[in-house]
Amino acid sequence: MSTAAAQLHEGEDHGHHHKETFITKYVFSQDHKMISKQYLITGLFMGIIGIAMSLLFRLQLAWPEQPMGIMSALLGKWAPDGVMDPNVYLALVTIHGTIMVFFVLTAGLSGTFSNLLIPLQIGARDMASGLLNMISYWLFFLSSVIMVASLFVEAGPAAAGWTIYPPLSALPQAQPGSGLGMTLWLVSMAIFIASSLLGSLNYIVTVLNLRTKGMTMSRLPLTIWAFFITAVIGVVSFPVLLSAALLLIMDRSFGTSFFLSDIFIQGEVLHYQGGSPVLYEHLFWFLGHPEVYIVLLPALGITSEIIATNSRKPIFGYRAMVASILAIAFLSTIVWGHHMFISGMNPFLGSVFTFTTLLIAIPSAVKAFNYITTLWKGNLQLNPAMLFSIGLVSTFISGGLTGIILGDSTIDINVHDTYFVVAHFHLVMGISALYGLFAGVYHWFPKMFKRMMNKNLGYLHFWVTAICAYGVFFPMHFIGMAGLPRRYYTSTAFPYFDDLANINVVITVFALVAGAAQLVFLYNFIHSIFYGKPTEQNPWKSNTLEWTAPIEHIHGNWEGKIPEVHRWAYDYSKPGHEDDFIPQHIPLKKGEEELQH
Amino acid sequence: MTILLTLTVLALIAIAIWQITKIFELSQPKKKNTQIADDDDNRWNGQLMFAFLIFIFGITIFSFWKWGDVLLPGASSEHGMEYDNLMWISFAIIFFVQTITQALLHYFAYKYRGEKGKKALFYADNDRLEAIWTIIPVIALAGLILYGLYTWTDIMTVEENEDALIVELYAQQFNWKARYAGEDGVLGDANVRFLQDFDGKNLVGIDVTDPNGFDDVVVQELHLPKGREVIFKMRSQDVLHSAFMPHFRAQMNCVPGMITEFAFTPTVTTEEMRQTADVKAKVKKINTIRRENSKALIAKGEEALEPYIFDYLLLCNKICGASHYNMQMKIIVETPEEFEKWITDQQTFAEVIQ
Repeated sequence: MSTAAAQLHEGEDHGHHHKETFITKYVFSQDHKMISKQYLITGLFMGIIGIAMSLLFRLQLAWPEQPMGIMSALLGKWAPDGVMDPNVYLALVTIHGTIMVFFVLTAGLSGTFSNLLIPLQIGARDMASGLLNMISYWLFFLSSVIMVASLFVEAGPAAAGWTIYPPLSALPQAQPGSGLGMTLWLVSMAIFIASSLLGSLNYIVTVLNLRTKGMTMSRLPLTIWAFFITAVIGVVSFPVLLSAALLLIMDRSFGTSFFLSDIFIQGEVLHYQGGSPVLYEHLFWFLGHPEVYIVLLPALGITSEIIATNSRKPIFGYRAMVASILAIAFLSTIVWGHHMFISGMNPFLGSVFTFTTLLIAIPSAVKAFNYITTLWKGNLQLNPAMLFSIGLVSTFISGGLTGIILGDSTIDINVHDTYFVVAHFHLVMGISALYGLFAGVYHWFPKMFKRMMNKNLGYLHFWVTAICAYGVFFPMHFIGMAGLPRRYYTSTAFPYFDDLANINVVITVFALVAGAAQLVFLYNFIHSIFYGKPTEQNPWKSNTLEWTAPIEHIHGNWEGKIPEVHRWAYDYSKPGHEDDFIPQHIPLKKGEEELQH
Repeated sequence: MTILLTLTVLALIAIAIWQITKIFELSQPKKKNTQIADDDDNRWNGQLMFAFLIFIFGITIFSFWKWGDVLLPGASSEHGMEYDNLMWISFAIIFFVQTITQALLHYFAYKYRGEKGKKALFYADNDRLEAIWTIIPVIALAGLILYGLYTWTDIMTVEENEDALIVELYAQQFNWKARYAGEDGVLGDANVRFLQDFDGKNLVGIDVTDPNGFDDVVVQELHLPKGREVIFKMRSQDVLHSAFMPHFRAQMNCVPGMITEFAFTPTVTTEEMRQTADVKAKVKKINTIRRENSKALIAKGEEALEPYIFDYLLLCNKICGASHYNMQMKIIVETPEEFEKWITDQQTFAEVIQ
């Protein structure tokens, strides 16, 4: 069944369409292009919720104890007299983190572009299994529905932080969010993981088996390398999170003691004996850290493609770029302990994790330098997608460098779990990955929706967002270095932090403006779907195969034969050619040599 | 009502954006309506890239100038000096790299902005260059790793020595308690099972079958003698907490079911700390802010805020529930004589349960 769809399309007579009803075309579609749109739109919807939540708790942080109409309007009884309840604050940061990391930047980013680009860029009719692909999307949809539904639970959604460390997450006595809200969180994530695994397996099989003639691994565009390796990391690490979730469910509902021991709460000694919360931390971060790269690598892949295309230059150091993706992927699975330097685990283990963690800086540095060199002596076409890609490199550097501070177990002692960490990971994986998502949307919008997005709105979107991103997260490092812990409902309980209040106001103002800028994007996105300027065949003059497929989406991607590939994806401005780009399906000229890479 | 109003405003904004883009397009009739960057776009966006570089440097300098004084004062513990050194060396390195890479990135984006008819340089590889920028980070990081690990081992190796003061930090939702080992220097065994003994007077669950526990002293305020090593044993009775003492560069999680450790030697008493220039300036600034805030409170008929006096803090730094943000304990570092006097004034466990 799984490869049947692909084999079906091997033949040449590809012109005719299958009879499709509305349901099979738009709802239960097995076509990767439609599934990618479904992922994108669901991801954007979840993104709106996630970002709106962050604005709400930013308001609370800037003006604590101040009654606000918007609080009572949106939170109702959770904001008595217009002031957010502390439990609700924790719930908002928890769900914000969960939604942004998993639903927007994992499913929304990887799901959208892996689905759209893997078949189109490697020259395949569709994913290896259209059916699994469809199931993967609908499981994601189901998990999104459950996660959103958990917001409406009487006692509130999960509120133990997106890492949901037990015992806080295991005991309903510990906080109201650890009741039904947490159950729904766990169920939603279990389904999400199933969805992610189905998707990842499909991507891996498709890339390995369905490449068109001539598309060797060393000719793969970097986007595909990134999606491929991301899928591998996902398959390796997501199951571990599933096991953590299942064990936590057992502790919560069936009285086991995997993560719990010696607990006295609300005047009662509980029966749990012999478990350890540190075990949960290990299991969680065994996924949790690779997850950072599951979020980031696709964004970097997208950026590689967009920077090369818009610089009209080959990506600098293709081999080094692939090698650094592989190195990052490998290292990402052996660094999880750097989240746990002060968890009580053996300090020697901390030394080992410091070592592996700081090693990651090396392939990351190689990537950053290679991007910069790609720009050098280019002919930069500063389209919105290109701006977001350059912006990504900028935030990747700014955020990545502070990783050297945090990855060092010694320095981590005093900045661990402070706002310094919040600033660090938002820049390096949050903002960077979001920029990757935006860059991808601006760049491949014509491929997805047959129309162009408005570039001036794109410029407005980028510049406001770029300024605000630094405006929000740069000052945040100072709050962290002042010693303020994250996940504090307010800092007013400590007069010592009174001088941080005005920095919090500055951050919130930037955050609100950044939020407004996203409305420009949303407007541009929706408006362009219906009224955008119809696209040309290859608007960005790009080399990759997706631009040879007809603008009008057809099942099977190409009429007739799938194009054959004769060169790598980065023959931009090659000497001896009139055009500044040579698509991959153009055969080598007589006497032309393919670059050895 | 507010939601309706918000939605109306959003709709109006959307219409406004639509109209502005319409006007923008109509005002440029000569140009082809293309949504691909042209030379004009490349020029002004390239210039903005350069401006953005200035913005990044500007916000860095501005933040240090304006907010440099919120950073923690120099460490008040022995290992904290080493910590501070390592941190500032790391910061020097990352600032250096940040300045250069951001400058190159944005300058190139400005300098090589596209023009019609220009052709980019076909430059796909340079093994030597790549080797250089692989090896330089390797060397820099090797240095940082070695220095970091050396310091880490130094800090985390807790040696039981006779002179050290043994203190248990006991965490629960949402307060801290400290238990001193008493004259025998040994903490009595304890478990949450014993918390309900003696009508709840057994605050940290000391096991009465262990004779070492009777001279233990349980308090709600942490006193530490200057110049003597303190070995902390952390416990939690309910969920994860983290004992964070930022001024001493000290932190360790409190984990139910296990005992975690951290040790440091305080070097500056609270009184000395209050007299340092950094802390004086900070307290002055905070009190100015508090006076301003008090004015608003008094206008509303509420009480004014009390003036702030510096004290070392113990904070909870692991999300632990609704009042996580207010789980704190005062730390007082004093001279050994003052400390001895204080501790002898406290009730021992034996006295409490009598």
